Amino acid sequence: MQLLFYYSFRNLLTRWVTTLLTALGMALVVFVFAAILMLAEGLQQTLVDTGSFDNVMVIRRSSESEVQSGVERLEAAIVETQPEVALGQDGHPLLAKELVVLITLQKKDSGSRANVVIRGISPYSLALRPQVRMVAGRLPRPGSAEIMVGQSLAKRFHNVGLAKSLFFATRSWTVVGIFDAGDTGFSSEIWGDVDQLMQAFRRPVYSSVLFKLRDSTGFQAVKKGLESDPRLTVEALRETEYYRKQSEVLATFLRILGLSLTVIFSLGAVVGAMITMYSAVANRTAEIGTLRALGFKRSNILLAFLLESLILSLLGGGAGLLCVSLLQLVSVSTTNFQTFSELAFSFSLSADIVVKALAFSLIMGFAGGILPAFRAARMNIVESLREG
Amino acid sequence: MLLKILYRNAFRHKLRTALTVFGVLVAILAFSLLRTVIDAWYAGVEASSSTRLITRNSISLIFSLPLSYREKIRQADGVTGVSYGNWFGGYYIEPKNFFANFALESKSYLDLYPEYVFQGQEKAAFLRDRKGAVAGRKLAERFGWKVGDTITLKGTIFPGDWPLVLRAIYRGKDKTVDETQLFFHWDYLNEVIRKTRPARADQVGFYILGVNHARDAARTAATVDALFRNSLAETLTETEKAFQLSFVSMSEVIITVIQLVSIVVIVIILAVVANTMAMSVRERLWEYAVFKTLGFSGGQIALLILGESLVITTLGGALGILLTFPVVNVFAQAVGQFFPTFNVDRMTIYLACVASVLVGVIAAIFPMRQAIRVHIAEGLRRVG
Repeated sequence: MQLLFYYSFRNLLTRWVTTLLTALGMALVVFVFAAILMLAEGLQQTLVDTGSFDNVMVIRRSSESEVQSGVERLEAAIVETQPEVALGQDGHPLLAKELVVLITLQKKDSGSRANVVIRGISPYSLALRPQVRMVAGRLPRPGSAEIMVGQSLAKRFHNVGLAKSLFFATRSWTVVGIFDAGDTGFSSEIWGDVDQLMQAFRRPVYSSVLFKLRDSTGFQAVKKGLESDPRLTVEALRETEYYRKQSEVLATFLRILGLSLTVIFSLGAVVGAMITMYSAVANRTAEIGTLRALGFKRSNILLAFLLESLILSLLGGGAGLLCVSLLQLVSVSTTNFQTFSELAFSFSLSADIVVKALAFSLIMGFAGGILPAFRAARMNIVESLREG
Repeated sequence: MLLKILYRNAFRHKLRTALTVFGVLVAILAFSLLRTVIDAWYAGVEASSSTRLITRNSISLIFSLPLSYREKIRQADGVTGVSYGNWFGGYYIEPKNFFANFALESKSYLDLYPEYVFQGQEKAAFLRDRKGAVAGRKLAERFGWKVGDTITLKGTIFPGDWPLVLRAIYRGKDKTVDETQLFFHWDYLNEVIRKTRPARADQVGFYILGVNHARDAARTAATVDALFRNSLAETLTETEKAFQLSFVSMSEVIITVIQLVSIVVIVIILAVVANTMAMSVRERLWEYAVFKTLGFSGGQIALLILGESLVITTLGGALGILLTFPVVNVFAQAVGQFFPTFNVDRMTIYLACVASVLVGVIAAIFPMRQAIRVHIAEGLRRVG
């Protein structure tokens, strides 16, 4: 077995140009395959991490997202009095009534305009989202025209640095802080006092009400209570569930795109591997004859050539993965059409993707190598010896 | 004669060449398909008219403008017609049945959009019925709607059920027109809102302005925006093209990725073809030595190799382009709901031709150098 492996490996080394070209083709396919999976993974991670399991999001029924939702002050007050809402240390319910609107801002690199989420926050908004922490400046004071911006937003957009001021809704707003919310959607948002923003935008309704459950298992009860209350037209969702839904369409689109692309590409790479292996077999006809004459079995020959193809594909797959892992340093942003707002996320490489990509390259190697290997194994000893 | 030699040479290893041609075919097919997907993204931009302007709230699209702006805009210099409407954002039965739907001031809107073509009396019937709706041909086919059917939309922005009666089905004047939209009367929407949520009544999502000439567009846009400066709802007016482009640029990243990938597929196939050519030449080095002994120059041999490479890639490319059309048709049916129009552009075909020739040339460079350089004695000594 070791001998076979050594034989296959040395064969690849001898014909290094061909090996390199074939492996390059496979590396590119694995690169595209893994890159698109990583993109979908990164997107979903970003949006799923945005929520926490014990938080409940209340939005208007059938409004699909916060941007389209509207919850009247009266309705919000009813939600606030539900017994399932957790209480903070100061005895107040851990509940935030928020406003979400979009404004357009100019991007730094391309100069194009993108929709950005502005979130009006209540005193408990931060307590409900432990992943948010300040990196520069301070929190905006309630009742003032002050805002803080997410870190990935501050990097990518014009005029949103510390101490700069933004003009929208006929008022000028001072940026007093920059916050970091890790790999979550909040990093692409602007936060300010909810009452000030409601006045400025002349939108006297909240967009959503967010609260923490007193007891994690009480979700079904509070959902039933809120949705069957005749005074309310709302639906309640766990925050994680809400954000998972938000990423569904874009992630599905990326997966379908990735899958159809890699299927097409892998055809090309399999063809490349097949060509290489067929020629390897043809070039070594005499050698195969000699091996058989020495007493190697047909199955040994089959294995040797299959092994050669598999090593080749593993080489390509490894190279592709190596390149793709560099992509983790890159952060991309695009519009999520479900919320219609800009969202920054990065390529994220998980163990699952590594395994998938390597398995995929081995499958390509197998598909490309199996037919040529059969041809090699089926050769007649005498005839093949004569060909040399 | 020369072509025959090239062809014979190319098909000496039938299996290998067939595989390579197949590879080129797949790559060119993928390339054309990806280019067509990108074109589909820009379809809305292509279909827009340069004599139409869109006015919206300058904060962002989700904020509305008061209805009272209509008269002021109508009086602005250069404006020949005004229509208005709202993005309705409703869905049919289930949220995944998504399609574009608007509430529009129908009469003036249809005057501004002559590219929607109606049959017989349908247009008049639609304008007469307050709860009437119009759907594009492809949309109607997707859900099997016929004129006279009742369609109930569920509102996401405007809550509740909205029963509409399909009064007309429009077709596009040409292939670029989006036939997957639905629209109904803005008056109906406003009337219901006035009853249920009076605070949100008499608000308009966007105005559509007609101008006489494309060259008036910039000046008219500036005039309109100046009218409402320092008001509670400042406006942003731009040409329909710019408006559509702003949607496309939102998904810039995805478009860039697809563009990159369409180049990557060409590089992959380049590696495959280069490999094939390298192998062919390595096997035939002693033949070339014989040629050289007979007095052929290195350049002539190089031309033979180049020709062989081109035969393979152009054959694959031509087959790929031929197959593009049926494949795009199948693809269009599968993803029709994402992309309203899906046509193969002539530019795509040209680019595919260029790509296949380019791959043929680049793949031959390295083997050509090898064949030119080989010394007669060395070449003759080599076996296989």
